[in-house]
Amino acid sequence: MTTIPLPRQAPRRVHRATRAWNTVGLVAAALIALLWLMPLLWAVDTAVKPEDETATIPISWIPSHFTLEAFEKVFAQSDLIVWFVNSTVVTVSVTLLVLVTASMAGYGLSRTDFRGKRLLYGVIIAGIMVPPQIVVVPLFREMLALGLVDTYWAMILPQVAVPAMVFILKKFFDGLPRELEEAARVDGASLWRIYWQIAVPLSRPALAAVGIFTFIITWNNFFWPFLAVSNPDLMTIPVGLATIQSSYGLRYAQIMASAVLGGLPLLVAYVFFQRNIIRSVAHTGLSGT
Amino acid sequence: MATITAPARRAAPVTEVVPLWRRVPAGLLFVLPFLFFYVAFLLFPTVWALVLSFFNESLTGTRGEFVGLSNWTEMFGDALMWKAMGATLYFTLLSTPPLVLVGLVMALLTNRVMPLRWLWRPSYFAPFLLPVSVVALIWVWLFQPGFGLVNAALTALGLPELGWLSDPGVAMWSVVLTTLWWTAGFNFLLYLAALQAIPQDYHDAASIDGAGWWQRLWSITLPMLRRTTGLVIVLQLLASLRIFDQVYLLWTGSGGPGFAVRPVLEYVYDTSFTNFRFGYASAISTFFFVLIVTISAAQFRIFQSREERP
Repeated sequence: MTTIPLPRQAPRRVHRATRAWNTVGLVAAALIALLWLMPLLWAVDTAVKPEDETATIPISWIPSHFTLEAFEKVFAQSDLIVWFVNSTVVTVSVTLLVLVTASMAGYGLSRTDFRGKRLLYGVIIAGIMVPPQIVVVPLFREMLALGLVDTYWAMILPQVAVPAMVFILKKFFDGLPRELEEAARVDGASLWRIYWQIAVPLSRPALAAVGIFTFIITWNNFFWPFLAVSNPDLMTIPVGLATIQSSYGLRYAQIMASAVLGGLPLLVAYVFFQRNIIRSVAHTGLSGT
Repeated sequence: MATITAPARRAAPVTEVVPLWRRVPAGLLFVLPFLFFYVAFLLFPTVWALVLSFFNESLTGTRGEFVGLSNWTEMFGDALMWKAMGATLYFTLLSTPPLVLVGLVMALLTNRVMPLRWLWRPSYFAPFLLPVSVVALIWVWLFQPGFGLVNAALTALGLPELGWLSDPGVAMWSVVLTTLWWTAGFNFLLYLAALQAIPQDYHDAASIDGAGWWQRLWSITLPMLRRTTGLVIVLQLLASLRIFDQVYLLWTGSGGPGFAVRPVLEYVYDTSFTNFRFGYASAISTFFFVLIVTISAAQFRIFQSREERP
């Protein structure tokens, strides 16, 4: 009989403390969110103001009237649509090439055996330690020698060489049960068929993770595309937007309208894949779990 | 005689019908496409940077002469290089602790069931999805004197305005603030994924034993996040060391007031694409690469230990 009051007492005490922490936590979460959203809200607010009301002292959040004039001007005058198309071409190409080459390599390294495999794998994962920004000088010389500077190829090809993706996918294949594949091999299926019809469908979550991260990184990559391309018709969104500050002078409403439009595509995409993204991190093993 | 020629005739067709590509192991064929990209655009340039560092190479395309170690000796005496190295290390030192801590706090807060959680999480992560050029455009606007939002906030609080983009003593903090806002969301995501992997049973068991949220944080959550924290710190150190984009864009390539914030990669960029000294820039790149590899080796070991875990 004495055992009944004890557990009842303990949770009640905890409950009160927990409720206090809940309130503190909620206030803190909201405060950080407010700080983090403020720059975005201010950018949008500036973009919908008439140009002569953007730089006022003291500042004001509410304009005399709401206008989309800045957006219209940006659409009419800038190459934003062209940059969007270029970003799409480059990012989709890189993502597809990474998915195909890294998953094939990961599969080959996980499921087959050949002379020198361990050495090859060692050389590939050692590449994880090479930051791509370090090789830009010789890479630019290489592109110059190949005559690829100022082409889509110059932007696409180097971004496919991401050894970390091979590592992530090899680890994933290592964890897949082999029974199905062995049954298929007994039935005489080729390695390619087993990879394509059994392993790839089973590894959809890992491929989604690799695909999502490759897409985000490539879409937002600035340094290399900025070096590889100087023709405005080939620029991606990050590179094109870097030229805007000087070309618009002090027209802040238009600058902010361009910034908002330039940031929008991935934010919209995020709405669709946001559920997958935390799961993706878990799948890549990036969180260390 | 007939008995000797017979096996030879039988053996001959076997070697004839096997073409060269069939003798390559199938597994190697699977690795080859990636290997092409890897060797051509990562491995080869890495080695070539080392080679170029011994040549008097320029952008003009004419093969430079072999100059031995002169690029290297010049570099070690180059005050501008050391200034850039100092700025890079200073930025790394200033930015890593807040980036890791803010990411952790964000994850701890929103891993709990709370009202409007669907709103908080995307707010923290959204800036990470913006291209760096957008981030720079927004923050240059925020950092303006007088009508900039940041200085307006300082004025409202009764504090003096700061020259965020013009004062050499403040410029580095501007970079840290911009970077914190832009990329804390990524660390938040890594921590959130790790938190979700902690079995709920642990918390339930501790709750039954009377442990409050604070106690559970110190005795369960944080210890279980130790490995993740190691990884987040290393990834953050590497990302911070490679800083270029924000600084280049906030000051449109000028390196900030008095070059106060110009990082190594921007010095490499200036050396190769403004002064066209590819050989010298390669020497700096290679030297910087050695520094980064030592830290990467730590990341590598964390990955490895994960592999060895049962």
